[in-house]
Amino acid sequence: MKKKILEQKNGGQKSPFAVSLKSICKSFGPVRANDEICLNVSSGTIHGIIGENGAGKSTLMSILYGFYQPDSGDIQVDGKAAIFKQPSDAIRLGIGMVHQHFMLVPNFTALENIILGSEGKMGLKNGLQNAKLKLEELKSTYGLEVDLDNVTEDLPVGIQQRIEILKALYRGARVLILDEPTGVLTPQETDQLFEILLALKSEGVTILLITHKLHEIMAITDEVSVMRQGKMVANTLTKKTSPEWLAEQMVGRSVLVNTKYESGKVGSVALSADGIGVTDKRGFDSLKNATFDLRSGEILGIAGIAGNGQSELLSVLSGITPPSRGNFRINDKIFDSKNHCSPGLMRELGLSHVPEDRHAEGLVLPFQAFESVILGYEKNPSFGTGFFTKPEQIQAHCARLQDSFDVRPQNPTLISSQFSGGNQQKLVLSREISSAPKILLVGQPTRGVDIGAIEFIHKTLIKMRDSGCAILLVSVELEEILSLSDRILVMNSGEIMGIVSKANTTKAMLGKMMAGIPLEKAIEEKN
Amino acid sequence: MTDFWFQFLLALDSTLRVATPLIFCAMAGIFSERSGIIDISLEGKMLMAAFVAAATAYATGSPWIGAIAAIIVSILASLIHGFACIIHRGNQVISGLAINILASGLTVIIGIALFRQGGQTPTLPRTSRFNSLELPFVDFMEQNVPIFGIIYKELLSDHNILVWAALASVGVTFYILFKTTFGLRLRAVGEKPEAIDSAGISVTRMRFQAIIIAGILCGLAGVYLSTATGAGFVKEMTAGKGYIALAAMIFGKWKPVPALFACLLFGFLEAVAARVQGVEIMLIGEISSDLLIALPYLLTVILLAGFIGGVTPPRAIGQPYIKER
Repeated sequence: MKKKILEQKNGGQKSPFAVSLKSICKSFGPVRANDEICLNVSSGTIHGIIGENGAGKSTLMSILYGFYQPDSGDIQVDGKAAIFKQPSDAIRLGIGMVHQHFMLVPNFTALENIILGSEGKMGLKNGLQNAKLKLEELKSTYGLEVDLDNVTEDLPVGIQQRIEILKALYRGARVLILDEPTGVLTPQETDQLFEILLALKSEGVTILLITHKLHEIMAITDEVSVMRQGKMVANTLTKKTSPEWLAEQMVGRSVLVNTKYESGKVGSVALSADGIGVTDKRGFDSLKNATFDLRSGEILGIAGIAGNGQSELLSVLSGITPPSRGNFRINDKIFDSKNHCSPGLMRELGLSHVPEDRHAEGLVLPFQAFESVILGYEKNPSFGTGFFTKPEQIQAHCARLQDSFDVRPQNPTLISSQFSGGNQQKLVLSREISSAPKILLVGQPTRGVDIGAIEFIHKTLIKMRDSGCAILLVSVELEEILSLSDRILVMNSGEIMGIVSKANTTKAMLGKMMAGIPLEKAIEEKN
Repeated sequence: MTDFWFQFLLALDSTLRVATPLIFCAMAGIFSERSGIIDISLEGKMLMAAFVAAATAYATGSPWIGAIAAIIVSILASLIHGFACIIHRGNQVISGLAINILASGLTVIIGIALFRQGGQTPTLPRTSRFNSLELPFVDFMEQNVPIFGIIYKELLSDHNILVWAALASVGVTFYILFKTTFGLRLRAVGEKPEAIDSAGISVTRMRFQAIIIAGILCGLAGVYLSTATGAGFVKEMTAGKGYIALAAMIFGKWKPVPALFACLLFGFLEAVAARVQGVEIMLIGEISSDLLIALPYLLTVILLAGFIGGVTPPRAIGQPYIKER
C-alpha cells in the first residue's frame, strides 16, 4: 500500500500543494467552529497553524483526518479532490495524525500499538515480525528511537509520541498532522521532537504543526497560518513575520467596543503576591515567581496568550489550589503551600472570583437561575436556616439581581443553561458582586459574550473599581485589557514579563512582551 | 483410601459437568467485556437458549436443530443489547438486566402457552438430546493400564460432546484473543476505542462482532442445560449460573485460562456439595445441605468483594463510545 502511494506521488503530475482546503465550513449546533477556511500546504514544508484554544484548529485537522465531515467545502490531496468519510480514507491517501491526546492502547506493547489496524494477514505472528523489520528501517531513517517490545503505559510521554509518529509513518503517511505536540513534553523532549520533524522534512514528509505557542512557530515552521474564532485570518511565510505580529493576529478582536475609561483613584494595597509558583502534576512549572501588588481602586489587567500561566494564577489567588512556592497576603493573613486556604475562606475575606470558564466553574448548568445565583453563598442566613432553604427569598433575591444586572429573560426559575452566554456571565457577575467584595478576580469576562453585554460588563467593572474595589482582570483580549486596565501585567510561559501603566505603553510593546520579550529588552529594542 | 480416591475422581468428573455452562458463559463474557461491553445478560441469554433448545428439540426430535435455534435466539438477545448500548449508547447494566428479566418472564409465558406444563417443556426422549460419548477401549484401559485406566474411564470417558466443546472453547478463545488480528483489535477496542477509530476501524462493528460471539457461546450453555444434562426446560433452570460465570471471569482477570480454572473451582465446590450432602463427616458431623448449596454463591460474593479489588478491568468497559475531537 505504501509503495503504491509513493509511486503515485512520483509518477503523477506534481501539485505544489500536498494538501489544500477550500472554503471549509463546520458548525456544531449554533457554534461555527470553522468558517470558510482556505488553506494551502506546500509539499515538503513544515506548516504551522497557530491560534488560541477554541479557534477551530483541532476541528479543521479532524476534518482533514476524516474524523468529521465538513458541512461544505473541498479537500484536495496532491491536487486531486478527496472525500474523507472516515479516518481510513485519509490514511489511504497518506495523511497521518498525531493527536493531542495519544491514541495508544496503554497495556499494549509499542509494536502492537503501531500495527493496530494495519496488521496484514489474519495470524498475528507473521504480521508482527514483518512489521518489526519495516519499523527498524523507519526508526533508523528518522532517528525515532523506540524499544518496540516495551509496554506503552510504562514509557515516558516523549517516547509515546514517537510511537504515534511511527504509527503514522508505518501506514505510509506523507503528510503528518501534529496537534499541540509539545503540550505534554518537557523542553528537552520538545527539542528532540523538533529534530525528528526536521529529519522527516528532509525526507520529503509534509508536516502540519498545530500549536498556540509562538516560539515554536518561529523556531521550526516554513509557513504559518493564523486562526481566530473559526476564521483563517492570516497566511504568510514564517521568515517574513514576527512573533509580535502573530500575537496581535491571534488575539485581536476588531468588533470590541473600544472605549477608553478614565483611570481610577488608586488606594492601599489589597492583595500582595510574593514569588508565587505552581508546579503541575507532570513536574512542569506552569507559574513562576509571580510577584506584584494589587491596590484598591485599580484594575490590574493580566495580558498574555491563553495558557501562559494566567489560569494558574487565578486558581491560586481564589483559593482553589495552594501555591507550590511563595505566598500571597490579604490584609494581615498570609497564605502559602502550608497555610490552608479555600474559596470559602477567601469569600469571607472579601475576595470574589468570576471564573474563566463559566460553564465548568461558574454555574451548575442544569440548575435554575435562582439556585445558580447563590452558589457559594448558600449559608447566608437570608437564604436559609442552615438546613432548609428559603426558596421564595432566594427567588426574590435572584429577581432583584436579574433586574439590576439586566439579565434577560428576567426569570429566576429558568434553567441556567438556557440563558445566552452574555446573560449567564451577568448571572455569575451579579452573584460575585452582590457580596460587595473588596477584591474581585475576573477571568475572561467577555468570552463568548455579545457586544451589548460586553459594554454592560465593562461598565460594571469600572463602577466597582470606582467604588474602591481592587480588580484583577485576566483576559486574552488585548483590546479589553487596554480599555479597562490601569496597569497591565504581561505573562509568557508562566513568567511575568513586566508590569506597565496603561499610559506608558503601546499595543506593539505588549505584543513583544506577550511573545516572551521581557519589559527591559522590549524598551531597549524600541529605542 | 481407594474409596476416597474413587469418590474424588467422581467429584472431578461431575466438576466438569457442572462447570461446562459456566465455561461457555465465562468465555462469552470475555469476548463481550474485552470489547468494552458489560454483559450481565449472560444469564438471560442462557435461559432463553435453554428454553428454545428444549422446545425446538421436542418439536423436531433433533437436538441439533434445537441447538441452532437456541443459538439464533441467543444472538438476537445479544443484538438487542447491542442496539441499546452500542447504537443508542444506553446503560449497559440496565440493558443487560432488562434482557434477564425478559428471559425469565418470556420463557415461562411461552412455555405455558405452548405446553401447558407450568412453564416446563415436556421431557425429551434420549433421541432428542445430546448424549454422553463413551470413549473407545474403556474396559480394556481399565483392566490393563494401572491408575490412568481408571482415570480414563471415570473422568474422561462418558462425557457429553458439549463438555468437550466447552473445554475447546477456552483454547479457541485464547487463540483468537492473543494470536489473531481480530483479537488484537478486540482487546484494543475495550481498552481505548479512540485508538481503533483513529486507525480507521469501526468501533461499532468490532463491538457487534464481539457480542455476537458472546451470543453463540451463551446459546451453547443453554443448549447444554436443557438438552444435554437435563431432559427438558425447567423454569429458571439457569439459577444464577450466568452471574457465577461472570464472577469467574472477573476472578480470572478477563483471561481465558484463569477464567477456566475459576469455573472449575466453582464447579468443584458444587460437585463436592452434592456429594457431601447427608454424609457424616468426622468431627463436624452432617453439614446443612442449605449451606452447601449456598457455598458457590457465597464464594462469589467473597471473591468479588475481597480478592478482586486489585484487578483492572478493560479500561473502556461500560462507557459508550462517543466521538470527540
